[in-house]
Amino acid sequence: MIRSTGLTKRFGQVVAVDDIDLDVRAGDVYGFLGANGSGKTTSVRMILGLVLPTSGSVELLGEPMPRGGRRVLPKVGTLVEGAAAYGHLSARANLELLDASGGSAGRRTRRHRIDDVLEQVGLAGTGRRPVKAFSLGMRQRLGLAAALLPQPELLVLDEPTNGLDPQGIREVRELLLRLNAAGATIFLSSHLLAEIEQMCTRVGVLDRGRLVVQDDLANLQAPTGRTIVRTSDPAAAVAALDGRVEGRDGDRLLVRADDPAALNALLVGQHVPVSELVAERRTLEDVIMERTEPGADRVMPP
Amino acid sequence: MIAVELRKLARRPRTWATLFLLDLLPTVVAVLLAVTHLGPRPGQGPAFLSAVLANGSLFSVAALAIVLPLFLPVAVTVIAGDSIAGEAQAGTLRYLLTRPVGRTRLLVAKLIAVLVFVLVAVVVVAGTGYLVGKLLLGGQPLTASTSVAGVTGVTSVSGSTLTAGQIALRTVLAIGYVALSMIGVAAMALLLSTFSDSPLSASLGALAFLIGSSLLLPLDAARGIAPYLPTRYWLSFIDLFRDPILWRNVERGVLLQLVYVVVLLGAAWANFSSKDITS
Repeated sequence: MIRSTGLTKRFGQVVAVDDIDLDVRAGDVYGFLGANGSGKTTSVRMILGLVLPTSGSVELLGEPMPRGGRRVLPKVGTLVEGAAAYGHLSARANLELLDASGGSAGRRTRRHRIDDVLEQVGLAGTGRRPVKAFSLGMRQRLGLAAALLPQPELLVLDEPTNGLDPQGIREVRELLLRLNAAGATIFLSSHLLAEIEQMCTRVGVLDRGRLVVQDDLANLQAPTGRTIVRTSDPAAAVAALDGRVEGRDGDRLLVRADDPAALNALLVGQHVPVSELVAERRTLEDVIMERTEPGADRVMPP
Repeated sequence: MIAVELRKLARRPRTWATLFLLDLLPTVVAVLLAVTHLGPRPGQGPAFLSAVLANGSLFSVAALAIVLPLFLPVAVTVIAGDSIAGEAQAGTLRYLLTRPVGRTRLLVAKLIAVLVFVLVAVVVVAGTGYLVGKLLLGGQPLTASTSVAGVTGVTSVSGSTLTAGQIALRTVLAIGYVALSMIGVAAMALLLSTFSDSPLSASLGALAFLIGSSLLLPLDAARGIAPYLPTRYWLSFIDLFRDPILWRNVERGVLLQLVYVVVLLGAAWANFSSKDITS
């Protein structure tokens, strides 16, 4: 759905995006993760043809951007760097104007589609209230509604849960997962690890303009070959495991064993009481800490 | 897209406030003239004002002359300067372009919306001027200096008499000429609007350009470049009310404005179509 090769953007001396090869496949919920200032938004803008790459190329739904934008952008819903709307108009009037501007899925279905998306994002009751009287969260919901309006195959969302309360974040997450289940591909950028970890199937990590990780979340969270055991008799467990215990923290043992079932059988066979036993997995945070440098928005003296 | 832009313009309270203010000034002038009967002496003050005391039907042209030096350009730069920069500042530009609306198409739609506004503004000012003139000044008795004019006739700037039909035709020409002059202003504001993300700086930049031009005009040292300054022929529409019409400056004015419009719009297009949208 999105494929870039050697995509680079330089603003004067600053390299904002450095030679990235994105690969987002149909059906993915792709999490594009990076600290503030790591080049996420610039990448998103290049994907959408708003910013022209210094070198390299991007394909969106199989068409080169920005040239093919006229054909493919009608099938893409976007939310880039915060929602925006005309403050003196109502939510409905904003959506009507936007839909009439171009790339519309049809004038006859407009009313119906607008009712639909306002319902989906929870703004159906705002009536004639002008957007300038909306809260930040409501504006964000309106931005999401605008992205959903063309009934897109691909959603490109930059920080979609910005400004929402925990309840709202959950609602949006469920909405996006529902859309994904219905066949939409979702490209989601965020600096929030938890958000990405909770809903994405694939992850790309951007660090200072470079794509340092791009893989399925399941691969990144691969088992480490160790198992965490909780027992009321740690001494007996250590004795039974004979040198395979790598760490001990009260009743919690870290055991070198890649098959938790076999380990369980062994412990139970030795009459060690096991209250909890789970294979240790790497967290996304571990992966990121390992492959990125600290604090991309920290500027060191030369 | 053009219809969308016109709808946007029409739904902004500011558009209507601008038109209202544009009409207010000539109306105030007409009321003052009607109450005091103190017209400026011929050759002083805004064009035609000395003539309208005698016959209100010239007041539509006088109204144009009143708003032309400052009010009308301010109104036009505010609207035109807002066209792209306003969308950029509100953040809606990126959503329009990814909808997608082609960049050239957006620019053309904005331009046409501004042109419609210019035309409406000029026609409304002239129309209001005509109505106000008829209502407040039309019934004034003829003064001695213009008594050569018949009851239905109007003294031209040159002193001879114009019929009502001639006046109507020439007023239409004047409206067209003033509108064209304002399109030059609009093109400048539109160009700056593609450079800046702040509508205010685009509008003020275009105004500075005009003020600079008006300041240079009376300078003897600037005489060499005077024929190329954008405001040089603005008031030449007065020549349309001479008898016979003095076409020379009007023709030059039209040509000069066309050159400005083409060059400025070309530059606006070149910049906008290849620009990184970072707003």
